[in-house]
Amino acid sequence: MTDAVVFRAPRNQWWDVWDQFKTHRGALIGMLVFFGIILFCFVGPWLWPYSATHIDIRARNQGFSWTHPMGTDQLGRDMFARMMKGGQVSLAVGVVGMLLSIFLGALIGVVAGYFRRVDGILMRMTDLFLALPLLPLLLVMSMLFRQPLSNAFGVEMGMFLMIVTAIAITSWMRTARVVRGDVLALKEREYVLAARSIGTPPGRLILRHILPNVLSPVMVSATLTIATAIITESALSFLGMGFPPDFPTWGRLVADGVDYLQDYPSRSMMPGVFISMVVLSVNYIGDGLRDALDPRIRGR
Amino acid sequence: MTAKRALVQVRDLKLHFPIYGGLLRRQVGAIKAVDGISFDILEGETLGIVGESGCGKSTAGRAVLRLYEATAGSVSIDGEDIGKLGSEALRKKRPTMQMVFQDPQASLNPRMTVAGIIGEPLDEHTSLSKTEKLTRIYELMDAVGLNRDFANRYPHAFSGGQRQRIGIARALALNPKFIVCDEPIAALDVSIQAQVVNLLEELQSRFGLTYMFISHDLSMVRHIADRVAVMYLGKIVEVAPVERLYANPQHPYTEALLSAVPEPDPSLEGQKARIVLVGDVPSPANPPKGCNFCTRCPKVMDICRSVKPETVEVAPGHSVACHLIAQQSTTGRTGGTGAEHKPMTNQQGEVA
Repeated sequence: MTDAVVFRAPRNQWWDVWDQFKTHRGALIGMLVFFGIILFCFVGPWLWPYSATHIDIRARNQGFSWTHPMGTDQLGRDMFARMMKGGQVSLAVGVVGMLLSIFLGALIGVVAGYFRRVDGILMRMTDLFLALPLLPLLLVMSMLFRQPLSNAFGVEMGMFLMIVTAIAITSWMRTARVVRGDVLALKEREYVLAARSIGTPPGRLILRHILPNVLSPVMVSATLTIATAIITESALSFLGMGFPPDFPTWGRLVADGVDYLQDYPSRSMMPGVFISMVVLSVNYIGDGLRDALDPRIRGR
Repeated sequence: MTAKRALVQVRDLKLHFPIYGGLLRRQVGAIKAVDGISFDILEGETLGIVGESGCGKSTAGRAVLRLYEATAGSVSIDGEDIGKLGSEALRKKRPTMQMVFQDPQASLNPRMTVAGIIGEPLDEHTSLSKTEKLTRIYELMDAVGLNRDFANRYPHAFSGGQRQRIGIARALALNPKFIVCDEPIAALDVSIQAQVVNLLEELQSRFGLTYMFISHDLSMVRHIADRVAVMYLGKIVEVAPVERLYANPQHPYTEALLSAVPEPDPSLEGQKARIVLVGDVPSPANPPKGCNFCTRCPKVMDICRSVKPETVEVAPGHSVACHLIAQQSTTGRTGGTGAEHKPMTNQQGEVA
């Protein structure tokens, strides 16, 4: 007889998630690339001798070399250092902007989908935001809030807060709509009714039964929002409404390089490649996570 | 009968779903899914609710547990009117009344493990430690005949019968007194149906449960129920102890329903007179003026089309809502059945 105590105790399901995640090759490579870029941006400046703002006018417009692996710009600043420094800001803006935007979108989507009374108001508000022209709105925002925020938090932090907020409040609408649609369908499912018959209050019901089941669309829009956030930041910086001109970000580096595109194409190409790599790797990570978090796919 | 007390008392329960229409989205009517039903369920007994699709059985079950807010009427469980409880009091009351759902696939969250699903009621209503909770989950899994090794799996990895066992284990977690079984066997195949019904019976005798067993499977209801209520278009047309109802149905609708039950003996099957009802169930948004069944009743009389029949107790514990019975009991006449039967012009019961 084998019916001795052969059962296994419930294991933390995050181990299952990790086991499945490991089998997704794209996601693993994406994670390696993403962590590589993070190390490059945040640990690199400690090791690299040149500062991102150090001007050496005699060494301007150099090509690739061992002293300047990515060359120098028109003022002789080391591009490698500028890439690292710029990456810090761009990654931070991308990730924080994404988190804020997803949080707003998911919150509004869930509330609108679950609580019928506020659905109309919230969705019309979403339509309103969708109808707003983005760039003029951003410009007005930066005109209005730039100075007060700089005074309150310092120039860099103030700009960072403003840009992240601007990105979040102009990109949550798609998530909110997708989430609302899914919640509307999910809340009619019998397991939600079962949870109500147990007496689960709405807050926990949403966290336990509804949010996990709207994870896939949220994950997809999260990875896409990182890309949009980085690009929106670069557009703002390009228009001179973002970070100050001497402050490097990837978007700014692309914009600066455009003037020299014919002579030194690598100057705007390199940051562009980095932006693409971040977006691509995050996309793959999101893909792997979404599969790993779905028990129906897991274990195949 | 009198020794036991009524655990569940339903009085004139109504549940109307509003219909909105027109330019201003005004309420233009209502789907009368449950239209004034009253019954008692005694402690430890099983009340079967039968009726055809769309007659309001499931809605009635959900309204009894206040998963839907009733339009009118009262439901008291264990002496407390649950329709009047505030949300926190209702939450505290929930453990005494639980539900087993029709579709075991849809009633389990695909992203939770079996342990998580069975443990959810424990999380909500008890403050057990992690190990105590696990012990309780294992107890429940043993009680419904699930291997303890399955605790870590997800619902998609189970067969329909096993999923239904998970659903039953969840309903049992808080030691309820009263369980509404909303067609718990409808989505299962026949061999599994027997297992699940036997499991429900076994659990009833072990834990002293009271069931409201909703089903359209008449033979299964005969097997499990003590008393049966027959519903038609949101109303209960007949309630009787199970043997009496199957042996001596009084309402024409019950007769027709019972005549549809297949007879296992093929020689008898051939002789059986089957009452085939013509037409469809009228829309619950616009029920007939008199008796709800008057559009399809083979024994329809003039009075049926204009006056709603009162519920009459023909024998102890056996009540019927039909004019035939009312006439019998008042005039002593044996019912003018064939003579008053007129061909029906409009089977949907809509007044032209």
